[in-house]
Amino acid sequence: MTDPTSLTLAQARDALRAKTLSSVELTRAYLDNIGKAKGLNAYVEVTADKALQMAAASDAKFARGEGGPLEGVALGIKDLYATEGVHTQACSHILDGFKPQYESTVTAHLWRDGAVMLGKLNMDEFAMGSSNETSYYGPVASPWLPPNWDGARAKAALPGDKKGLLTPGGSSGGSAAAVAARLCVAATASDTGGSIRQPAAFTGIVGIKPTYGRCSRYGMVAFASSLDQAGPLARDMRDAAIMLTSMAGHDPKDSTCYDAPVPNYEAAVGRSVKGMTIGIPREYRLDGMPAEIEALWRQGAEWLKAAGAKVVDVSLPHTRHALPAYYIVAPAEASSNLARYDGVRYGLREDGGDIIGLYERTRARGFGAEVRRRLMIGTYVLSAGYYDAYYVRAQKIRTLIKRDFETVFAEGVDAILTPATPSPAFGIGEKGSADPVEMYLNDVFTVTVNMAGLPGLVAPAGLSSAGLPMGLQLIGRPFDEETLFSIGAALEQSAPKLAMPDAWWA
Amino acid sequence: MTNEPNRLIKGATGDWEVVVGLEVHAQVTSKAKLFSGASTAFGGEPNAHVSLVDAAMPGMLPVINVECVRQAVRTGLGLKAEINKRSSFDRKNYFYPDLPQGYQISQYKSPVVGEGEIQVDLTPEYSIKVGVERLHLEQDAGKSLHDQSPTQSFVDLNRSGVALMEIVSKPDMRSADEAKAYVTKLRTILRYIGSCDGDMEKGNLRADVNVSVRKPGAPLGTRCEIKNVNSIRFIGQAIEVEARRQIGIIEDGGVIEQETRLYDASKGETRSMRSKEEAHDYRYFPDPDLLPLEFTDDFVEELRAHLPELPDEKKARFIGDYGLSGYDAMVLTAERETASFFEHAALYGGVQRDAKAVANWIMGDLSAAANANGVGVGEAGVSAAQLAGLVDLIGEGVISGKIAKDVLALLLAEEKGSDPRALVSARGLVQVNDTGAIEAAVDAVIAANVEKAEQAKGKPGMLGWFVGQVMKQTGGKANPQSVNEALKRKLGLP
Repeated sequence: MTDPTSLTLAQARDALRAKTLSSVELTRAYLDNIGKAKGLNAYVEVTADKALQMAAASDAKFARGEGGPLEGVALGIKDLYATEGVHTQACSHILDGFKPQYESTVTAHLWRDGAVMLGKLNMDEFAMGSSNETSYYGPVASPWLPPNWDGARAKAALPGDKKGLLTPGGSSGGSAAAVAARLCVAATASDTGGSIRQPAAFTGIVGIKPTYGRCSRYGMVAFASSLDQAGPLARDMRDAAIMLTSMAGHDPKDSTCYDAPVPNYEAAVGRSVKGMTIGIPREYRLDGMPAEIEALWRQGAEWLKAAGAKVVDVSLPHTRHALPAYYIVAPAEASSNLARYDGVRYGLREDGGDIIGLYERTRARGFGAEVRRRLMIGTYVLSAGYYDAYYVRAQKIRTLIKRDFETVFAEGVDAILTPATPSPAFGIGEKGSADPVEMYLNDVFTVTVNMAGLPGLVAPAGLSSAGLPMGLQLIGRPFDEETLFSIGAALEQSAPKLAMPDAWWA
Repeated sequence: MTNEPNRLIKGATGDWEVVVGLEVHAQVTSKAKLFSGASTAFGGEPNAHVSLVDAAMPGMLPVINVECVRQAVRTGLGLKAEINKRSSFDRKNYFYPDLPQGYQISQYKSPVVGEGEIQVDLTPEYSIKVGVERLHLEQDAGKSLHDQSPTQSFVDLNRSGVALMEIVSKPDMRSADEAKAYVTKLRTILRYIGSCDGDMEKGNLRADVNVSVRKPGAPLGTRCEIKNVNSIRFIGQAIEVEARRQIGIIEDGGVIEQETRLYDASKGETRSMRSKEEAHDYRYFPDPDLLPLEFTDDFVEELRAHLPELPDEKKARFIGDYGLSGYDAMVLTAERETASFFEHAALYGGVQRDAKAVANWIMGDLSAAANANGVGVGEAGVSAAQLAGLVDLIGEGVISGKIAKDVLALLLAEEKGSDPRALVSARGLVQVNDTGAIEAAVDAVIAANVEKAEQAKGKPGMLGWFVGQVMKQTGGKANPQSVNEALKRKLGLP
């Protein structure tokens, strides 16, 4: 019998429906894998009992001839999503012991559709990071071997500080590593500036950040409310489409959530891209960008041309302002969103004599260095006397970035093709320790999409000369995720199929 | 304006003018909080009315309660103010244990209601106009309890997230009396509209009072803000005390520092709470969790169409339709319930009776009885129908005004719910109009007081004494006018 964890979501779903596989079997297989992969540190909480209960319930439904679209499919959930009665800390010390009495809308949709929860996935603290190194629970190791490392050397590095191993990217590092290492069928993730798409590129899987408002933010621990959006990480285009179809949908509990029916995204996978127009934005060609990224990008355009699409050069003139503006808007909102973690009602409390002392000690000890840095940046840019110079200007830039995209789409462009990241995955401990901006630059191709509220999809497109995955990004019109899935599937068809790494960590 | 009172304050160096502006916080009447479904019921165990949103649990999001928006728009219409078709919410950031989110959601940049105006009557003849700068919606905070434990403070979040309207006046008031009258009038309007119950004891209406002083004609002085004053009387006291304090400082050669102060009613003084340097930087920015509020014309017009008659219009109508004096109309329209009671009584049974008499009874004996029980006129124990009956009995000459007072007292006590006409006849209180009987009583009184009758001829003022004696003799039932006439004739008075 084939290893059930080698099946894609669509394959597992079909096997479950055909009763050639039970959800309990599938779930046990994943729990076994998870048990052997502790060293990767992808999960911060494994809910084995709950998973098996849910799986048994799914099997009972199958026996009655029932079952939702995700019935019996075992998923990993980013620690950012509130899951009732289960560890929910956004991988921060300050939420120590927090178990919500409520369920996020996105996860509630997944359970409604029959999915099984394996546990909670590691992430950068409060989703602030691009390498999963800011997690209170420590870094996640990518299942991809560093260039010229063998499995034994890598395995030996797991118990320590993991230096030299590759990061799976961030902030959804646990989700990406878990999907790539077969520790779940698919995973939920979230994206504020690239936190779904950069990890997808680093680990050779598919990730989509849908249009702002497509998924409800209710029950997602907030980082930057105007940028945060839920999305899936999955093994291929079809799986990502199936996941998003369940995750998305209107929610009266989130005022910014879009009120329109959710299309069946899976139906868009495999649709012809013939006659579509793909834009190539010249401003995404950066100085010093590795030649192989540039070559991959050109290759991606060729594949789409071969599939019948028209490729045109487009201009998004304000692109270079996006990253600095993002690092004003996101910290500003975060500084306010994270004010509620004060030690008064839940989570960590460090007594400090009086209330000010309690605040200071709780927040100084509860937040990690990167979170503290962003809270200080955010507080600064909103302060009297600086607000106009920073926050207001950043919002103006945001409007200009949005307008850039509108102009291009108005000219008949269906989607925009860009590199996903300026480089393949880097090593744990390699970046950002001296200069945080070095880390921030990872998001240079992805933040524009959040700033404009557009959907962005990353598809694996090839390997670097060092054998590491590289991805391409597709940016679409608002609420036109279907086109992205169609074009993404065309890329997937043309690109060489990446062989996922063997389980050297087991 | 006539009879403009002298509003200046005498200082050692001459006259001073006080300038007052008010920020009134009015709790919106609604079943649920501004951004959560939790109840707004007053009282209840601490933290009994708290939703996940109110407690700022991770990942919780605010969702606007449209009923609160309607109330704000209705209030804006009542204040004859500009309704902003598009407004938005901002976050006001500061740390405090009873502020779970770490920010208050408020409307900083674009409020739901813009400029308006309130006519404030200080006397029936003298009124001022006070400009309204804006009205915006915001969340209330919870309550910190410092007296429950020697070492800890407790937090009650029942109020956390309750909707408030902040109504900001222009600095248009020039005395404590004007400020008190403004708050009184504003409270009346809110209660008419039903957007705030105005219950100051429960903290449902409270004010931040901005006070500065200047020499008449000089530019505005530096202001101090007195926070959270929770009764109209204290608002007046705080202004007077604060104005005196500022005048004292300036006359002693000092300068006023802009600061936030508190009024201590027990000591009758204001105290510094924090200086300008210690003022919070609230880091306002647009709340990204909420969409802007946008109204169609239809939405606003629908609310306008269902607005009740407002106090100014009602007062004018009472003067016009019922011939009431300005003063009576002002008093009767101060509470919507009183005005309604008046109209019911004045028009009971579809006939208009002596409205002035109805007004007098309401403002006199009935108000006294209501006040004694701490209730409104309508709840004093006499219905509009009973009052109408009573006034009719007087009008028809069935009872005298004096007897009517006794009848009212009975209706308020052991004869609750009785029909006044039936009561009067059952108790034999019908006025004696029989001339023969009255003359006999007059004759008897004169016969018993011959000496006094002689004196009265030269001292007509003694007539009153004789009237009293005759009324006594007839058990108060004699028609006083007939008694008067008979006495004058028999005593030989003009």
